[in-house]
Amino acid sequence: MKGSISHKQRLVIVDGMLCFVALLVVLQLWLFTATMESYLGGDQAIVWPAALVSLACLGLNAGLLYYLRKLDRSYEASDS
Amino acid sequence: MRSFPDGRSAEEQPRWRQDFPIDWSQDQYVSRRDLLAFLVVVSGGFSIGQLWIGWNSWRRKNDAFPRKALEGAAELQVGESLLFTYPDESERCLLVRTAPDNFVAFSQKCTHLACAVVPEPETNRFHCPCHSGYFDMQTGRPLAGPPRRPLPRIELDIEGERVYAVGVSLEHA
Repeated sequence: MKGSISHKQRLVIVDGMLCFVALLVVLQLWLFTATMESYLGGDQAIVWPAALVSLACLGLNAGLLYYLRKLDRSYEASDS
Repeated sequence: MRSFPDGRSAEEQPRWRQDFPIDWSQDQYVSRRDLLAFLVVVSGGFSIGQLWIGWNSWRRKNDAFPRKALEGAAELQVGESLLFTYPDESERCLLVRTAPDNFVAFSQKCTHLACAVVPEPETNRFHCPCHSGYFDMQTGRPLAGPPRRPLPRIELDIEGERVYAVGVSLEHA
C-alpha cells in the first residue's frame, strides 16, 4: 500500500514538473521567434539577453530532469 | 500488481488483453518521464538556436564590407534605378536616384518571401509583385502588404560623381 501511495505521489510530482517544463519550453519558443524577428529587423540589442534567459530556462529544465532521476533512484533503492 | 483501465482483474480481461498485457499505470509513468526528457531536449534545441542567432549577430557586427564602386550611377536620371550586386554576387540590390544629389540603395530581396522588389519612383515606393508588398523608397520601411521588416539598406559613399557601396544596414533609417 505504501508503495502505491508513493507511486501516486511521484505521479503528481512528475505531472507538476511536466507542466512547468512545458511552460518554460513555450516561453523559449516565444523568445526564439521574437529574437529572430527583431534580429532580422535589425535590432540586435536583445539577442544576448534573450540567449541568456533561454539558457537559464534550459538549466532549470535540465535541473528538474536531474532531480526527477535522483528521486526515482532513491525510491528504487528504498523499494529494493 | 498489474492494473487495467476498466479496474477488473486480469482473469476478467478480454483474451487480447490477456495475450498482450500492458501495465497501464506503469506505461503512463514511463511516458511522462520520456516526455519530460524530450521537452528538455527541445529546450536545448531552442537554446542552441538562440546562441546561433547571437553568433550570427556577433559575426555580422565584425564583418568588414567591401567598398564597391557602382558603375553607371552617375548616368542615372532622377527616378531611374540601377541593379547591382553587393556584398557578394548572389545579393542583388537596387540603387535609385531620388534627387539630383541624392541616391538610395536597398537589397532587392523582399523581407516577406524573398521575391525581387521593383522600384515605383512615381509613388516613391518599392513594390513586391508576389504578394503586393510596398516599401518606402527613402527608408525601406514596409508600408503595405505582408512584409513586416524593412529592406536592408545599402550604405553609400558619394564622392563627386562616383557612388560606392560600403556596407549593409538592417536598421531603420
